[in-house]
Amino acid sequence: MATTMEAPYRRKETLESAVIRFAGDSGDGMQITGSQFTNTSALFGNDLATFPDFPAEIRAPAGTLPGVSGFQVHFGASDVHTPGDAVDALIAMNPAALKVNLGDLKPNGLLIVNTDNFKEQDLKKAKLEKSPLEDHSLDAYRLFPVELTRLTRAALKDLGLDAKSMDRCKNFFALGMCYWLYNRSMEPTYRWLDDKFKTKPVLAEANKLAMKAGYAYCEATEQFQTSYEIPPAKLSPGVYRNISGNTALAIGFVAAAQRSGLRLFQGSYPITPASDVLHELSTYKQFGVTTFQAEDEIAAVCAAIGAAYAGQLAITTTSGPGMALKMEAIGLAVMTELPLVICDIQRGGPSTGLPTKTEQADLFQALFGRNSEAPLPVLAASTPGDCFWIAFEAARLAVKHMVPVIVLTDGYLANGAEPWRVPTVDELPKIDVSFRTDPADFLPYERDPKTLARPWAIPGTPGLEHRIGGIEKQERTGNVNYEPGNHERMVKIRAEKVARIADEIPDVVPAGDPDGDVLLVGWGSTYGSITAALRALRARGRRVGHVHLRHLNPLPRNLGEVLRRYRRVVVPEMNLGQLLMVLRAKYLVDAIGLNKVQGKPFRQDEIEQKVEEVLG
Amino acid sequence: MNATVYTRKDFQTDQEVRWCPGCGDYAILAAVQSVFPELGIPKEKFVVVSGIGCSSRFPYYMNTYGFHSIHGRAPAVATGIKLANPELEVWVATGDGDGLSIGGNHTIHMLRRNVGLKVLLFNNRIYGLTKGQYSPTSEVGKKAKSTPYGSVDRPFHPLSVALGAEAGFVARGVDVMQPHLKGVLKRAAAHRGSAFLEILQNCNIFNDGAWETIVEKEVRDDRLLALEHGKPLVFGKNRDKGIRLNGLALEVVTLGGGVTEADLLVHDEKNPNPAYAFLLSRMETEPGFPTPIGVLRAVDDAPRYEDLVANQIAQVQAKKGAGDLAGLLHEGDVWEVK
Repeated sequence: MATTMEAPYRRKETLESAVIRFAGDSGDGMQITGSQFTNTSALFGNDLATFPDFPAEIRAPAGTLPGVSGFQVHFGASDVHTPGDAVDALIAMNPAALKVNLGDLKPNGLLIVNTDNFKEQDLKKAKLEKSPLEDHSLDAYRLFPVELTRLTRAALKDLGLDAKSMDRCKNFFALGMCYWLYNRSMEPTYRWLDDKFKTKPVLAEANKLAMKAGYAYCEATEQFQTSYEIPPAKLSPGVYRNISGNTALAIGFVAAAQRSGLRLFQGSYPITPASDVLHELSTYKQFGVTTFQAEDEIAAVCAAIGAAYAGQLAITTTSGPGMALKMEAIGLAVMTELPLVICDIQRGGPSTGLPTKTEQADLFQALFGRNSEAPLPVLAASTPGDCFWIAFEAARLAVKHMVPVIVLTDGYLANGAEPWRVPTVDELPKIDVSFRTDPADFLPYERDPKTLARPWAIPGTPGLEHRIGGIEKQERTGNVNYEPGNHERMVKIRAEKVARIADEIPDVVPAGDPDGDVLLVGWGSTYGSITAALRALRARGRRVGHVHLRHLNPLPRNLGEVLRRYRRVVVPEMNLGQLLMVLRAKYLVDAIGLNKVQGKPFRQDEIEQKVEEVLG
Repeated sequence: MNATVYTRKDFQTDQEVRWCPGCGDYAILAAVQSVFPELGIPKEKFVVVSGIGCSSRFPYYMNTYGFHSIHGRAPAVATGIKLANPELEVWVATGDGDGLSIGGNHTIHMLRRNVGLKVLLFNNRIYGLTKGQYSPTSEVGKKAKSTPYGSVDRPFHPLSVALGAEAGFVARGVDVMQPHLKGVLKRAAAHRGSAFLEILQNCNIFNDGAWETIVEKEVRDDRLLALEHGKPLVFGKNRDKGIRLNGLALEVVTLGGGVTEADLLVHDEKNPNPAYAFLLSRMETEPGFPTPIGVLRAVDDAPRYEDLVANQIAQVQAKKGAGDLAGLLHEGDVWEVK
């Protein structure tokens, strides 16, 4: 830790990384504050990971415990894989936010509270008997009580705004303080405000003034003796942007459409946490994207199936409950062998469950949710940026193999963000698509000998008129057929078609030790926590490897062999052991589950502890 | 380009038709197969989409593009097809169970949006393929497999539902009245927006005589009223009965004795107020009233959904230029690591 003296009482400490959490009422703008800090840190060159955590209610009663909204960002000078197990600095806008979040603050951590919100009624709403600011319960932390509301109003007094409008700027006062504390530039946020409030410049001005006032407050008062510097990370060369999983997913599909020459069609119905994909794609009409907000989840997938039949790159996006509604139609896409991508942005369940909280809820649903034998490829993204590549890969597989493909992400990936190296257009492989046009010897269920894909013959093509549907098909002709032998052959062909996709899935190469005592096998958003835990475990001399599966069906060909190179296999999942059951069934391996179903991602130390326990 | 001349045979497939002998669906199939060749549309442009049920086997027998989808969802699949390619002529074959029960939501939203689809709703007032349960159009008291003591729930009037969902074209035909049915099929084909055609159809196995009290040759003149635009609402074997407006209600009057045709309602299928067509769509529920057939409403001024969607995309492209992928990838704040 380097320390430079700036003024007699001011120090600048250089840190490897820091974790800060903004917490307040769901109306306090904590998500915006956190996103701004994140974006500024990304632009500064830090690696980072974020964890937005907010209630399902748009506005739970103000000041109450269920209404608390938080945004955590972990930014560093080297690789950052998780939002951080514990918090270095907590900004609490009211007593409820303090009460809910204090447990995660490190001892001697920095704690900024808005003292203007600690009146008797505020304490009552947070179910606190007395003020924690006065009872020494915060003595273990570096407490900075700040009159955020009063100071914000004072800064904005000349703008002629009403009190309510002024108070809505207090999150930017807090943001300004954090920018001073971590030596960040306010420029990126100025630009964002100018753009956001293009038509209401007075609000841009007000938020800027509040932010500057927060910055100046830290500069001027002697409360803050130390500020911190987290130097830029040494990321691999390239152009970067900060990206969330849902945005990455959306532009991944636009990119796949562009590289395949197909028009993109999205059928969707609003559902948390998937709606942002619909919002995002609806802004890309210049790319010829059609977004269809359907009357329900079923219509959304059915319209996508119709668009796929008519020759477009069709996707549907949803979350667990919507997925359940779509399942019959997904079976239809399996039967009619049309290309379709179904994205399930998973959330806690069952039923409505925890709409805004993350969970690896739906692997079983994706693999087995349909009636009868209806296998299809299932892919899972591992980081927010990876959502781009998973979308691209899913689209490629769907049109190449004439098959519906399920993509699993989750709320944590969807709303979390990370610096993402932007690929050049040339790095994106071209996706070959050829529609059948030749009527000679055309049979709708004739197959490509290698992939077993049937031809894509779209309506409007002369001479290829044919009928498809959900009733069992006769081999090759596609005519309705109920013969026992034909049905069994078709069931096996559909399974074989999906199984053969394994031919183009790369072998897994474990991270860490290529063989040894424990193999951690994960999928989806646990990637960051497992990666961070692996590093710590190996630094302590443990012989541990990590395989993270992108393809959950079919599985990579060498997976069984890799599992056997380790004494024990541990499968961390945010469910009660879904991949675990698949691995045990398929490979007869005595794998052990590490399971957490709390609507929260794994902490690094939870994974480390499990491995230590298994090692004995 | 010289338009290919088609015959009815061109629209027949080599698949064995598997409806029960005597089913009203044969007559509907024959009517559609004889109308399609007359429309002057290349065969490859037709797509027939269906859900599940006896009526939904329809696509297999039409030598066009066809999609036999899942129960109730044909309007949604068809909407996707039409959005992807507005040039296609997309027809939906559905039934009273498929289109009004399990698929009721899609039916109303398709009509609300005015997607340019032609919907043929075969109404036999029974579930046939599942072997005889009452349907959402069955009369109250229907004794069927699942209602041995009679059904107790109130039926839908399909045309009222369609009108309530803003349909611009609403018509009714009868399986056994071929020339009339072909006429309304052609009218539906000519309509650009959503066209909703209810076809009264007999299920001779599970609901034989579904409509016999109104469509049998001996009674139909007294029990049906064939609508003609611009003509007064007259019916009856002797054409001596008519429909008159009395306040907000319709009444049946006998011509003569001071009542002349001039007193009757004159059919106006273009009446901008859907309330008029709505009155017609349910008048048979009153004793003594005939069931109207023909075109109740044909108002084609609303833009089609697929055109609005395509126009919006075209406008954004005109304003912003065709999308630039490199620009999209680099959207927002970017930085370079050397």
